[in-house]
Amino acid sequence: MFNRMAKHFPDDDLLFKALADTSRRKLLDQLHAHDGQTLGQLCKHLNMTRQGVTQHLDVLEAVNLVATVRSGREKLHFLNPVPLQEIYERWIAKFEKPRLKALAHLKRKLEKDNG
Amino acid sequence: MARSTFVYVTYIRTTPERLWSALTEDAEFMKQYWFGVHCESDFITGSSWKLVNDLGEVMDAGEIVEADPPRRLVIRWEHQMRPELKAEGPSMCTMDLAPTGPAVRLTITHSVEHEGSKLVEAVSGGWPKILSNLKSLLETGAVAFDEPYRSNK
Repeated sequence: MFNRMAKHFPDDDLLFKALADTSRRKLLDQLHAHDGQTLGQLCKHLNMTRQGVTQHLDVLEAVNLVATVRSGREKLHFLNPVPLQEIYERWIAKFEKPRLKALAHLKRKLEKDNG
Repeated sequence: MARSTFVYVTYIRTTPERLWSALTEDAEFMKQYWFGVHCESDFITGSSWKLVNDLGEVMDAGEIVEADPPRRLVIRWEHQMRPELKAEGPSMCTMDLAPTGPAVRLTITHSVEHEGSKLVEAVSGGWPKILSNLKSLLETGAVAFDEPYRSNK
């Protein structure tokens, strides 16, 4: 299901499959609460074997939801929200845009009236 | 962890040269994906760097610590507008460009050498939108968001 090719260019099907798992969402929640954790730190919060956590992290990294950085001998895991931003822009942003514009216009008008 | 860091990664269907140029050379192009903001620098190691908004206000300033086109750019990044963020002093922003298959993997790492940084929190909120805009601009020629950044005065 998750082949290594995904690393070159993550696709949407794999992204949604990666999200469709309670344990993986829990891992993302862990990173959201505290970014830049090691495998050992992440294992502490999950009722799962070290190997299980490793496999889930591989899946999340393959679809670019987790980015890893080497720091000395440690490998740190970071939540990468960019694919989620792309989902947001594709299906939600267009509904929000007129409201953002309206707020910006209101702000400009009020500030002009003040000064 | 004794530092505040975020790491953002995006894959863009383009070449490292075109991506480097989008990140450095063309101010008008930059404004399209960076909400009206652009960088002022000649992007050579040791030269000064500024991030300027559409009102001409300098939002952030610093120095190019390393420029290795089209692979790696490191900026010493100090906020200028909000006093509480300016007080935190310098942060480091690293951009790594790596060709992978038909795309370029762009990794942005931004960090400050202390915990709970408000500066890193503030810049980290903006990057996903900027990267998403940059990706769609390079791949399709259009952006999703175009509201300009302004100071909160």
